[in-house]
Amino acid sequence: MSTGVSAPPPVVDLRRASFGHLGRPVVTDVDLAIAPGQVVAVLGPNGSGKTTLVTGLLGLSDHLGGTVEVLGTPLARLRDRTRIGYVPQRHTLSGGVRATVAEIVATGLLATRPWWRPAGRRGREAVRRALETVGLADRARFDVDTLSGGQQRRVLIARALVADPEVLVMDEPTAGVDEASQKVLAGVLRGLATSGTTMLVVTHELGALRGTVDRVLAVDAGHLSFDGTPQEYAAHQAERARAAGREDA
Amino acid sequence: MSDMLALDFMRNALLAALVVGLAAPLVGIFLVQRRLSLVGDGLGHVALAGVAIGVVTDSSPVWTALVAAVLAGVVIELIRARGRTSGDVALALMFYGGLAAGVVIINKVEGAQTANLTGYLFGSITTTTRSDVAVFTALSAVIVLVTVVLRQRLFAVAGDEEFARASGLPVLALNIVLAVLTAVTVVVAMRVIGLLLISALMIIPNAAAQQLSASFRAATWWAVGLGVVSSVGGVMTSYYADTASGGTIVLLAIALFALAVLGGSLRKAVATARHRHAERHLHEHGPGCGHEAVAHGDHVDYLHDGHRHAAHEGHYDEHADHPSADADPGSGGVAGARTGRHTLGDREEVTR
Ligand SMILES: Nc1ncnc2c1ncn2[C@@H]1O[C@H](COP(=O)(O)OP(=O)(O)O)[C@@H](O)[C@H]1O
Ligand SMILES: [Mg+2]
Ligand SMILES: [Zn+2]
Ligand SMILES: [Zn+2]
Ligand SMILES: [Zn+2]
Ligand SMILES: [Zn+2]
Repeated sequence: MSTGVSAPPPVVDLRRASFGHLGRPVVTDVDLAIAPGQVVAVLGPNGSGKTTLVTGLLGLSDHLGGTVEVLGTPLARLRDRTRIGYVPQRHTLSGGVRATVAEIVATGLLATRPWWRPAGRRGREAVRRALETVGLADRARFDVDTLSGGQQRRVLIARALVADPEVLVMDEPTAGVDEASQKVLAGVLRGLATSGTTMLVVTHELGALRGTVDRVLAVDAGHLSFDGTPQEYAAHQAERARAAGREDA
Repeated sequence: MSDMLALDFMRNALLAALVVGLAAPLVGIFLVQRRLSLVGDGLGHVALAGVAIGVVTDSSPVWTALVAAVLAGVVIELIRARGRTSGDVALALMFYGGLAAGVVIINKVEGAQTANLTGYLFGSITTTTRSDVAVFTALSAVIVLVTVVLRQRLFAVAGDEEFARASGLPVLALNIVLAVLTAVTVVVAMRVIGLLLISALMIIPNAAAQQLSASFRAATWWAVGLGVVSSVGGVMTSYYADTASGGTIVLLAIALFALAVLGGSLRKAVATARHRHAERHLHEHGPGCGHEAVAHGDHVDYLHDGHRHAAHEGHYDEHADHPSADADPGSGGVAGARTGRHTLGDREEVTR
């Protein structure tokens, strides 16, 4: 990262931060500053704490130590949470009832207005735009259960985008999606990156996001074990493979 | 009909049935959404303990039942929010403890004659007094107002609690609101269908509505319609057939559910016959997919190897291959139907 005098303040700023569940730390001692417009991939084995780390920025996992600033404000004092868009890891969309794509996406706007105010024309317009961004505008009135897995992920992304967030946190948006949908999904993320959206993406498929990601973090057993460019990450992986090879020999 | 309406207690009964039929499905849809269909049943059990307290202290059972059910509803949400696995057992203790205590206390106080107890458990609409009906109507008005104003928020929280919390919605507060609404509904329905059958009127019309609609909005209104038909129709039927009102309402709701299942699959069969699917279609059309998009009524078709494809549910439909048939609305009729011309409006109604 550049340390020039004119560097804009980071969107996410963690100093020795720890996050966990029920008071038990899962990820500890994380130092991380993400600049505006950066697209950061978070890699790591299952159970290493990726979800705990990124949901920590949303107040969903417990903040157990260090400092956490998001959008220049200490996390606990960030009032307008819709400034951070969130695409969760699980994929059920509406629970036990039917709902249309537009109905799901519209829930992303609820927290932006007082409880007594109904959705207006501007809200409907925002839903349409978010669906256009993910290429699902023609399916706005479809029952979400009729969509493919990849399309459902894009509905979740539209729901996260609808309130115009300044940073987007996505937990495995491409996991378990067929290859054709993965391509469309990668295109959506590329478009968002081009338009300058700051993103933090947990993923196992760095390949699908080639050219979009400009920074890679690896989490291992609750610690950041790598932080660098995708090229540096490839070199790091090759180095580790060689080291493992020598051990075997 | 007029003979029935001439009777004071029947007028009360029908009014009570109307407000219950309106309120119960409106609240119940969120319980179905959260897959907590049986919470209404549990609160009904606890409400009986409240009734018993009313009987013992010689105060109005409606109000003591209301207090007991509301408290139980709030406790359930607090237990759920703690996320303890022992929560399930706590609920069982509360539900069955409430029912058992209610039965024991009421029988002790009223002796062997259990007409009153049966009235609360299975409904006793003909003994509903004018002042009861006034209270039920007022409470139902509150339920309807609160659910209608908060329905999008309740929908968001019931559908995805984690996302709702991340976006800054007051999740616990909304869950408690829903619990209180459920408790109030239970008490409003207590005299009409009885504490043991209440849950049915919250759930079954919604299960039926799911067969007939593809959106949450449409499902809500279908459920309210079916709920009112079940409750008012059930009370009328019970008058003429001389049957128990609560049981009759629930049986009627189940009959409507069966009809809805039938109607839903018929409609789906008709819709399937009316349009043609594109065969095996791995490609997904969209802006910039490489195929030309053509406006077609309220949607777009994509020109694909000489065919016009429009997204529909999990597949693509073949739309009119002859643009001329579409350009002239006058030539519609049989040709239009055969070429599978339909609008997104039609499609929204089609269910799987
Ligand atoms: N809600 C939770 N409550 C308690 N422990 C949790 C919770 N979620 C995750 N954990 C624990 O935290 C650890 C890391 O999980 P997670 O952050 O989901 O990893 P990843 O996303 O990398 O697969 C695991 O040991 C898991 O059991
Ligand atoms: Mg995870
Ligand atoms: Zn195409
Ligand atoms: Zn068409
Ligand atoms: Zn096609
Ligand atoms: Zn079709």
